[in-house]
Amino acid sequence: MSEQAESAVGMPSRAGWQVPWTLIVFLVALSLPWIGSRYDTFLGTQIAIYSLFALSLNLLLGTTGLVSFGHAAYFGIGSYACGILMKIVAVPFWLAFPAAGLIAALFAAGFGFFCVRLTKIYFAMLTLAFSQIVWAICFKWNDLTGGDQGLPDVPFPDLGWMAALPGFDRMRIAEQFYVLALVLVALSVAALRRLTGSPFGRVLTTIRENPERAAFIGVNVRLYELAAFTIAGGFAGLSGALFGIFNRGVFADFVFWSKSADVMIMTILGGMHHFWGPAVGALVLTLLNQQITAYTEFWPFVLGTILIVLLFVFPGGILGALDVALSRMSKRRDA
Amino acid sequence: MLEISGLTKSFSGFVAVADVSFTVDTRQIAAVIGPNGAGKSTLFNLITGHLRPDSGRVLLDARDITGVAPHETCRMGLGRSFQRTNIFPLLTVFENLQSAFLVHYGRGRNFWSRSESFYRDEVEALLVSIGLREQALLLGGTLSYGNQKQLELGLALAIDPQVLLLDEPTAGMSASETHETIRLLQRIADERGLTLLFTEHDMAVVFGIAQKIAVLHQGHLIADGTPEEVRNDPEVRRVYLGHGLSQ
Repeated sequence: MSEQAESAVGMPSRAGWQVPWTLIVFLVALSLPWIGSRYDTFLGTQIAIYSLFALSLNLLLGTTGLVSFGHAAYFGIGSYACGILMKIVAVPFWLAFPAAGLIAALFAAGFGFFCVRLTKIYFAMLTLAFSQIVWAICFKWNDLTGGDQGLPDVPFPDLGWMAALPGFDRMRIAEQFYVLALVLVALSVAALRRLTGSPFGRVLTTIRENPERAAFIGVNVRLYELAAFTIAGGFAGLSGALFGIFNRGVFADFVFWSKSADVMIMTILGGMHHFWGPAVGALVLTLLNQQITAYTEFWPFVLGTILIVLLFVFPGGILGALDVALSRMSKRRDA
Repeated sequence: MLEISGLTKSFSGFVAVADVSFTVDTRQIAAVIGPNGAGKSTLFNLITGHLRPDSGRVLLDARDITGVAPHETCRMGLGRSFQRTNIFPLLTVFENLQSAFLVHYGRGRNFWSRSESFYRDEVEALLVSIGLREQALLLGGTLSYGNQKQLELGLALAIDPQVLLLDEPTAGMSASETHETIRLLQRIADERGLTLLFTEHDMAVVFGIAQKIAVLHQGHLIADGTPEEVRNDPEVRRVYLGHGLSQ
């Protein structure tokens, strides 16, 4: 809760010097191609992209209180849009990337128009239904999406300019792409952060807290829910665009419901009531996945066990648990 | 200021509100009373647009607001508090009120500024007015029941309403809390020139501050007039027999 508690302090403004944690994390992550192995960079790319995906879901889950079981639809639409534009239409990345976000946002706006008319479990079911429709289309429309064969060999963006920078000349393309992806993810996350702390974000919070009361202070609840759904879809689309390139291909399972479950697990694991929770969840889940699959093929079993323990012992996720521990420590110090 | 005519609502055959008409004048304090299940809450939900009536009309300051959605009636100057407290529990008291101001002043489309710095003075003034200055930084959900009711009143006031609808403002309060709440309501209504319409179980409260009383019984309006008229109405006496109206 520290993040929330800080912004929750209405009256006194923050005083004193603070450790710029986000900057430090970003710089450490940025140095990965120089200090880490190729495999570290590979994992780093995956974590960065999934972080953005999970953070976009949390705009719905943690901020607005909307449970979407179909968030992979917009991730997948973004990756197909970017992949098709780059591979088939030969559009450069700097155009295909924003276009992917925009197309995903448009689909989210269209599907969301119907979804926000329902509440709670019905809302969740309709998001799931739409995402499965998208999956079925991606799986069957051979001419456009490659159907069950997918869309292999999505090209890397042209990163020749990066090689001209000092220190980048000896990098492999996958490492250069990591740097690009990391910067784009950081910019997107900064925008999401800004959005969450803005008056718009506050209105979304009132909807999470109490939609009925929100309507009676003058909030057009459906309209704001639709706006949140569209924006979340757009950012999911951006993360999908990056993932398609990273994965060297786009496949129908990007849109499958289990992908929606994965991202929801990351978000809840990290802590949905904390802005950075989903990113922590993406990091932990990706690393756990790597570690545990090295020992056992029963990864889903281990994951399930970890989740059950977590949900019962630390319902606030990893960051929620950390907050509780930190506040206990500071209380003990005060006492 | 508030004019209700022929309002009717039934739920699958059960008539909850039947052809109810009455008016509340500007700056008047009016009460709707009636036994449990008389249709008071349904009537409130019809007025605020939470429910759509089968027939009849609601006029607010001569504008038709029948069936208009709550977020719009709210913008037209109709504030409301609920019987069960209805606040934003995981936001601080300060943030609760600040959110209402943000929405009221149309800042919800601001995607970029930090929300903390908005309307501090307005929130501060309102906190003092409703007596929650000391609790500003507590989470809404951690307040005592009475304080939550005060906060809810604050939420209704932040949108600067002309007409305030209060559903059982003193429900579940001790005698002293009730007394304080009533004094607070009277003072604020007076300061802001509010028109007040409230429902209430406590007859001492009703006859203490209402200038006009409407009595509902099984969905029908059986009396409507000054406290004195209502007190002496034979039909009301029959319905409320032994419920302390004769005091």
